[in-house]
Amino acid sequence: MEKSNWISLALVAAVIVIWELACLWLEIPDFILPPPSEVAKVTIVKASIILPHAGVTALEIIAGILLSLLVAVPLATVMFAVPSLERAFSPFLVASQAVPVFALAPLLVIWLGYGLASKVLMAAIIIFFPITVSLLEGYKNCDREYAVFFDLMGAGFWKKLRLLYWPWALPYFFSGLKVGVTVATIGAVIGEWVGAQRGLGYLMIQANARLQVSLVFAAIVWLSAMGLALWAFVGFLEKKVIDWK
Amino acid sequence: MLSVSGLTKRFEDLTVMEGFDLTLRRGGFTTLIGPSGCGKSTLFDVLTGVFPRDSGRISWLGEDIPDLMGRAAYMQQKDLLLPWLSLIDNAMLPATIASAPTSRGSREKALSLFRRLDLDDFEGYTPAKVSGGMRQRCALVRTLMFEHELVLLDEPLSSLDAITRRGLQGVLMLLQSEFNKTILMITHDIEEGLLLSDELLVLTPMPMRVRERFVLDMPKAGRSSNPELLKIKEHVLEELEGETRGEI
Repeated sequence: MEKSNWISLALVAAVIVIWELACLWLEIPDFILPPPSEVAKVTIVKASIILPHAGVTALEIIAGILLSLLVAVPLATVMFAVPSLERAFSPFLVASQAVPVFALAPLLVIWLGYGLASKVLMAAIIIFFPITVSLLEGYKNCDREYAVFFDLMGAGFWKKLRLLYWPWALPYFFSGLKVGVTVATIGAVIGEWVGAQRGLGYLMIQANARLQVSLVFAAIVWLSAMGLALWAFVGFLEKKVIDWK
Repeated sequence: MLSVSGLTKRFEDLTVMEGFDLTLRRGGFTTLIGPSGCGKSTLFDVLTGVFPRDSGRISWLGEDIPDLMGRAAYMQQKDLLLPWLSLIDNAMLPATIASAPTSRGSREKALSLFRRLDLDDFEGYTPAKVSGGMRQRCALVRTLMFEHELVLLDEPLSSLDAITRRGLQGVLMLLQSEFNKTILMITHDIEEGLLLSDELLVLTPMPMRVRERFVLDMPKAGRSSNPELLKIKEHVLEELEGETRGEI
């Protein structure tokens, strides 16, 4: 294992130990701040309760990622192909991020209901921005000399896109996707907080109302694990796809 | 084959070339040599249509044309190989773009060129895994895959070390002798120009024009010790050094 990984692990271990000892020495009640050992116990013991909710949230996140890809990739490509459209769309793109998802969540629940759709859309709204911006930046970063060379070979836009711009932009695309998947949980959970009958966000709201703070933490552990797993999966995909580096 | 007359290119107040004339005969190897920054690469950009010209005519086989786009193969100092493609796929790019990558002929042609340029066994490697000389040879194969009779070479070997460069100069000669290409090359290396060319054009600083023309009609073998060429080399070097001193 690399030295940096050891340092990360040591930091996490230090935080857990300090947290555990602080709860013990300061005698903090479990309904205020449970010790990590209690959180770990609940995470495992109540797995049968947490897992179905985690499954729903995971589904919302994955569907949100797919939906955002369906929008972001064509949008970035069109904005790159037609610079006037880029100038026209850019203000809307920025505005979509200037409006907090919290503000949109109640509206989306009213419009799309308490089911999956509102959460999927919420996750997609958060994810599509970093993917679109990164991919567009990747396209635009293509070395001009290569583009001119492709012109000299008589390549049209679509051939340049397939053979040059897209592979060139792939590292940027994956950077955006990595950011996107790690924040995707925010969209899904906010949607579940506002109105849902299943999902980790729903479980957290229910547990919070009953002062089951350990269960809230357990849900957070699961959410973090899902975010990390997605991030690692995208990293794995990136290495597989960009194998020339 | 190619005739350029009265070519003028300005960038705002800067006149890069004015009334530039050039004639290439079919199958010839012409080298342009001039002081640094005199506008040689801009000439190629204007010829290939990357930059529009302000005035002048470009004539191809007797017919006026807007530029050489689609008529000339182009190779420059940077190999411009795509890092995500294998050497063979890079070499086949012109065929891929012409929508003929799967044609048996294209692949066989590329493979035979790989063999000819000692690149066989490396066709599956990506550019990052081979040497600079091999990358340039691959770029040369790609240039040959264009199927264009005219080849523009913009300092194709200047990024290479002396030994690799010497080996590839022989390969550049093959372009003319074996593949019957007409070549227009820009170089900073006077020796390279004298070894490879049939015609050497010495250029002035901006605004660029042809200062002097040398026809080199002696055989290419044994040129490095030819006293006549050594005299030309001294003469051109003096001229170019004079320009540089003038600039300082």
